[in-house]
Amino acid sequence: MQNSDKNSDKNRRDFLKLGALGAAAAACGSMLCSSCGGAPEEGEKVKLLSPDGKLVEVDSKHLKHVHHLIGVSGEEARKGIPGRKFVMVIDLARCKNARKCITACQKMHHIPEDKEWLQVKLMRDNPESAPYWFPKTCFHCDNPPCVKVCPVNATFKRQDGLVLIDNERCVGCKFCMAACPYSTRVFNWAEPELPNEFEDIQYSPETSFPSKVGTVEKCDFCPDMARQGLLPDCVTACPNGVFYFGDENEDVVSNGEETVRFSQLLKDRSGYRYMEDLGTKPRVWYLPPTDRIFPVERGLDDLPDNIKDRFKDVM
Amino acid sequence: MKNFAPQIERISTMTKVWIGLLVLVIIIGCVALYQQIVYGHVVTGMRDHVIWGLFIANFIFFIGISYAGAILSGTLYVFNVPWRRPIVRIAGLLTIAAAFIGPIFILLCVGRFDRLHYLFIYARLQSPIIWDVMAITTYLVGAILYLYLTLIRDFSIYGDADFLKIPEWKRKLYKKLSLGYNGKPEQRSQLKNATRTLALVMIPLVIIISSVLSWIFGMTLRPGWHSSIFGPYFVIASILTGVGVIIILMWTFRQRYKLDNYLTDKHFKYMGYIMLVLSGIYGYFSFSEYLTGWYVSEKWDAEVLEKLFSFHEYGWWFLFSNIFAVVLPIIVAVIPKLRKPGPITFAAAFMVLAMWVKRYLIVIPTLETPLVPMQDTREAWIHYTATWQEWALTATGLATLILIYIVFSKFVTIVPVSDYIDDEAEKVEAPATDSKTAVPEANVS
Repeated sequence: MQNSDKNSDKNRRDFLKLGALGAAAAACGSMLCSSCGGAPEEGEKVKLLSPDGKLVEVDSKHLKHVHHLIGVSGEEARKGIPGRKFVMVIDLARCKNARKCITACQKMHHIPEDKEWLQVKLMRDNPESAPYWFPKTCFHCDNPPCVKVCPVNATFKRQDGLVLIDNERCVGCKFCMAACPYSTRVFNWAEPELPNEFEDIQYSPETSFPSKVGTVEKCDFCPDMARQGLLPDCVTACPNGVFYFGDENEDVVSNGEETVRFSQLLKDRSGYRYMEDLGTKPRVWYLPPTDRIFPVERGLDDLPDNIKDRFKDVM
Repeated sequence: MKNFAPQIERISTMTKVWIGLLVLVIIIGCVALYQQIVYGHVVTGMRDHVIWGLFIANFIFFIGISYAGAILSGTLYVFNVPWRRPIVRIAGLLTIAAAFIGPIFILLCVGRFDRLHYLFIYARLQSPIIWDVMAITTYLVGAILYLYLTLIRDFSIYGDADFLKIPEWKRKLYKKLSLGYNGKPEQRSQLKNATRTLALVMIPLVIIISSVLSWIFGMTLRPGWHSSIFGPYFVIASILTGVGVIIILMWTFRQRYKLDNYLTDKHFKYMGYIMLVLSGIYGYFSFSEYLTGWYVSEKWDAEVLEKLFSFHEYGWWFLFSNIFAVVLPIIVAVIPKLRKPGPITFAAAFMVLAMWVKRYLIVIPTLETPLVPMQDTREAWIHYTATWQEWALTATGLATLILIYIVFSKFVTIVPVSDYIDDEAEKVEAPATDSKTAVPEANVS
């Protein structure tokens, strides 16, 4: 008994550390200096800690994203991480549609640009109210309509709260896509283009990689990262700390910069869940877009036309 | 029996041309299927919002007319309706043919053909798709058995009819298929009891599976689908469509094989009455479904209804489907002058088309109205447009149905001869005593 208490205490301390480490880990741990190609992104200088302890500055185009795809076996992936109850809080007051979460997610999961597991919508509840940016992940509902309807148990609810998909089981009937009221899921309509370097990597429902034609996929809350004590990439990539990720059992969430009590955050900021009335019991909470730190129009700056066009009906 | 001999003795050039054309359509469909398998579902018009398209509409359509065949032939048999004779076989065959074609369309919606067996080895009872798998397989077995039972006596007659100019193998096959039936009273009563029992079983079975089919839609949080009326709505819509198809088939066979003496005007009139009643119920269900949705105008319901009512979107189709599925059949069946095979078949044909459009209108507008705003700029993602592959496979479904009928009609008579031989025998044996059944029979044969 004492032992287990100690354990959970230790876990908590680890997790609190996780917040401070998260940002650094994402910057250093998952990015390695590499001279070989990859997709070069011009521009920004990035500060990195070299293996011998020196701070170096490199151009981001020489950086190559290496995400360690540590996938647990299919059976393990169905159980979940013991003792955890993952939860996310999204602070709508801070989002300015920088779309860094989207690109980070696409990079991490090796999905093409036109496939967005994570989306940012421009919401306007009625013509009188102000529009606001609305990042939308999978809600990993506690009463998941998608899991109910799956005929072959390809999508499942784990004890740590996550809803995942086993694309080696999925028959591609798309019933889950019809059932999900949040349009979270995407389908591989054609053979997905996969990066060559991962050709013989083992698939795991926790990494959702590699994609397979004729199967469904979606945001997975990056449980492989959580197993390594890291925050999901969308959380750490956000320049404004919009996303808080954490554990409901430990009552703590972190956006990489600050780590706060989950229950207190919801209380202080009147957290709510999107479309609560549907009864799906999402595991993602929103903090209302009051006292926003950016004017909503800022979100339209520097957007390519095809993305800007998405919002023309709202603004 | 002699009257029907030409039908199964030879195949005319006209029929051969038809078979050729239908096979051609099926070949084109196979090309489309091949493309879908090789390139993935990207060759269809379906995308992440409209995840189901023509295929699922066809699935509901074909499986629906199959149910109608079963429930109609079952009811007519159980209640021993005297004018049922020439219709039961057409209906029974529709049951089988459509029940084979329908599920193929839902399989076309499935992304991984190589994993279809997962539906059995990993089946999860919570999923309405598994309910459907169980229901349809049970139903198929029942329907095949039922049709076969009604055919046994005919097979024995064909096998024994020496005047039939048919190849020896065909005669042997008939004899085999008749399972040694020779018309002894004991055999007769056994067969009658079995057929009757199965017919009784088929009626509730059809209601159950029709409802299960509707629940694939009803069990989702989608406007226009999540409705408690969907079960009975689908049952009635299925039967109505099937009755229409049966009327079309009756008319076609009557023209083709000169069956005016068997498929009389009276049969068309009675089928018209059935169509009238079903159209009425269907119209009433439609009305209450749309009235309650429109009156309350809950956010998402209102969005779907707006698309259905707007002439810039689905308005014309919506109008078409209601006028031709509800108004026209009722008008034709109500006015005595129009209660003739021609007008009734005409109304039935348009009704069937309208009901297919209705299936499309159930599936597509709802999927184009997600709860979270789409905010997409890709036209194919926003609006569904079926590709030629989807149309080709749709045409293949129809062609297969017609082909099955043609092939079948070369193999057995479209009107069960055994029943008529019975009638004649009964009339000879007891001309006056059995007036109850003899009187309507007299009009028929």
